[in-house]
Amino acid sequence: MSFFSLFPTEAVRRPVASVASNPPALVFERLSALPKLAEVRQASRLTVRPEPEMVSSGIREVDALTGGLPRGCLTEVCGPVSSGRTSLLLAVLAVATQRQEACALVDVSDVFDPLSAAMAAVNFERLLWARCGKGTSRKHRDTETTNQKHEDFYRRRMETPVEQALRVTDLLLQSGGFGLVIIDLGDVPLKIARRIPLTSWFRFQRAIEHTSTVLFVITQAPCAQTCAALLLKVQVKKLSAFSHQPSALKTPPHAELLDELRIETEILRSRMPRKPAQSATAAFVTKSVRAG
Amino acid sequence: MSFLNDAMIQFLNESISYMPFACIFVPDFPVEALLRTEPALRTQPLAVLEGKPPLQKVFAANENARRAGVTPGMTKLQIEACSGLAFRTRSVLQEAAAHAALLDCAQSFSPQVEDAAPDTIVLDLLGMELLFGTFPIIARDLARRAFDLGLTTNVAVAANPDTAMLAARGFRGVTVIPEGKESERLGNLPVDLLVTGEQESEQLSDTFYRWGIRNLRDLAALPDVALSERLGQRGVYLQKLARGNISRTLVPAEPPLMFAEFIELEYPLTLLEPLAFLLSQLLDHLCSRLATRALATQELRLELELADGYREEDSGGMNVSACPGRAPTRRRFQRTLHLPLPLLDSKTFLKLLQLDLKAHPPGAPIVKIHLAAEPVRPRPGQSGLFLPPSPEPEKLELTLARIAGIVGEGKVGSLEILDTHRAQGFRMQRFAPLEPQERTEKTENSDDLVTALRIFRPPAAVVVTLREGRPTFISCAKRKETRGEILWAAGPWRSSGDWWEQEGWARDEWDIAVQEETSIGLYRLVRDLLGGRWLLEGSYD
Repeated sequence: MSFFSLFPTEAVRRPVASVASNPPALVFERLSALPKLAEVRQASRLTVRPEPEMVSSGIREVDALTGGLPRGCLTEVCGPVSSGRTSLLLAVLAVATQRQEACALVDVSDVFDPLSAAMAAVNFERLLWARCGKGTSRKHRDTETTNQKHEDFYRRRMETPVEQALRVTDLLLQSGGFGLVIIDLGDVPLKIARRIPLTSWFRFQRAIEHTSTVLFVITQAPCAQTCAALLLKVQVKKLSAFSHQPSALKTPPHAELLDELRIETEILRSRMPRKPAQSATAAFVTKSVRAG
Repeated sequence: MSFLNDAMIQFLNESISYMPFACIFVPDFPVEALLRTEPALRTQPLAVLEGKPPLQKVFAANENARRAGVTPGMTKLQIEACSGLAFRTRSVLQEAAAHAALLDCAQSFSPQVEDAAPDTIVLDLLGMELLFGTFPIIARDLARRAFDLGLTTNVAVAANPDTAMLAARGFRGVTVIPEGKESERLGNLPVDLLVTGEQESEQLSDTFYRWGIRNLRDLAALPDVALSERLGQRGVYLQKLARGNISRTLVPAEPPLMFAEFIELEYPLTLLEPLAFLLSQLLDHLCSRLATRALATQELRLELELADGYREEDSGGMNVSACPGRAPTRRRFQRTLHLPLPLLDSKTFLKLLQLDLKAHPPGAPIVKIHLAAEPVRPRPGQSGLFLPPSPEPEKLELTLARIAGIVGEGKVGSLEILDTHRAQGFRMQRFAPLEPQERTEKTENSDDLVTALRIFRPPAAVVVTLREGRPTFISCAKRKETRGEILWAAGPWRSSGDWWEQEGWARDEWDIAVQEETSIGLYRLVRDLLGGRWLLEGSYD
């Protein structure tokens, strides 16, 4: 009967390292000689990750709070319905398009209002708007095989707007060249938004790393977790718009409209060097606009 | 194929002083036209048939087929006995495309090009040596460029056009004949080369054969006067050709800038994958031809002829209709790709066509493919180093096509606000970002901030309870969370428009605040005054 040894006999007999005057140096020398480990560096020689370039968010108060939005990183803004997330989004979009950067908006629920964007001075020539939702039906399938038909049929049936948005975002980030990519998950129910696998967020974060793209996500509650370099929470702090109560006799009825919102922003998480020690907030005011 | 090497070029440069004409000749032109789209057949014996079945006869054959005993005029039944012989039906369209490619090749070197025959192009090289190098180098590059376009050619350079044509037809590869040595170099060529297909020339050829004249040297050695007495001016002309001392002026051709390629299939195609393979070849040829003319394209037109049906031409896509009383013909399927910028990348074009055909399949087997490109000037160089990032046009087009495949056509692009007061007055258009001009940093101004509205598409129908004309309670079946007492309401904002048209509209807008589970929701509530419905148009955020 013969047995196979788990260790090569010659390797076991050979001494790992001979006794030398400077054993660590010898180990590093041996490690460096190995082909697979040729890139091993001492911890003291590791390069420090450079700080990301910060760009303006378009709101003075938010810039003072966060230092801007980091390029090559994921920025997440969360808040409930009517908390001011979209107003912040428009401000970011307006300033990015005015910097002549190509921007993309992945609109998961198809809720983007062009009139609000136009009033916020968004340059539409530099904005790509992808409206997720129900895709177009395909009628002519005669030139495809039966398997292709079935595969495509089931893929389309199973594809939700969130899945569409993830695929579209993948394509946009891999395409490159966009200065700002926005994913609007603001109307996606929380239980669905939290089902987005963490690997997707890691993939997005990895795709924009070392690029000049700002990935901006708005959600109802934090979803990207540790992938977000900057996590902001917004909420309507003061309903100053409601103080604008006209008198029924002196003011025409149509003057009784929403005038402005006072929105407060809070940093929940930041990987930036200027991370505040305590909870820091900033407030800004937005004004409503109306067609006609 | 054999090209001149550097040592030969140096030798010829030293011995050549003046040599302004070149000729490109494609031997077995009908065969070469077919081989452009089926290069795998280049090493096989191949015969090209012409005529209606079953009376097809050999029209042309390549050298391998001639060695196997195939000659023009043989019937299809006769050549079917040859083992390993491939045969194809003659395609006039593919020959026209090959001829156009040959003209493009010649015009990329000289503006003075004579379209002598479908398989023969003569070009004037006077002054071109300053641009492209010496004449032997130009001849070599001509042969190489034609080879890149899918054609194996003979190229000859000589002091007069007719000598260049005779040399290109008689010698394989690249030939350079120094001035004064035309008679010596052409002497070994057979006298049949002078026969151009005319009846008179054929009679002269028979006469030469009876006289025992087999090559051009024999013809050149005949006495002029005696030849003139027996054969007239035509005989004298042929003798001058044989001596290589005839001169004439070129008749320049100005072919229109049309870039189109064709494939006629032996059997119908039913799958997109082999179609993509053929489209790839056509696109390669088109891009090569455009590149030779320093052009790009902004519009690709694909026309597929489908098996069995009725013809109805429509630029927007397939349109089939039956025409009673008319003979059934094949129907056509057309697709047009409009590109925002001039591009010249066959791989990008192929992927775009694949995505387009996947979204709009032809719907029937394909028997003929026609692909045309609209030539435009290429876009100028590179943008500035310090300009903001911008997507590469090729990648962007592919990305947009793929996104359109995911979300649907018309749901991706940029916005255009329409000149109307109607709600949602906008339309989608093609996304083509402008080139950044210069970096201008905007100083952010918090005074310009806008309260954004999130639009519900379509608007949600709601049931509203009114008290003294103001909404006090709301219930929405579509959005379960939007149900409850209205905490605050402001309005109405009354507007109307288009009352002079059928699609007139009139509405009252209310801004309302509703207590929800975790927060207060601000909504825009709309009453459709014409329809009498209450709609939840969007939420302020």
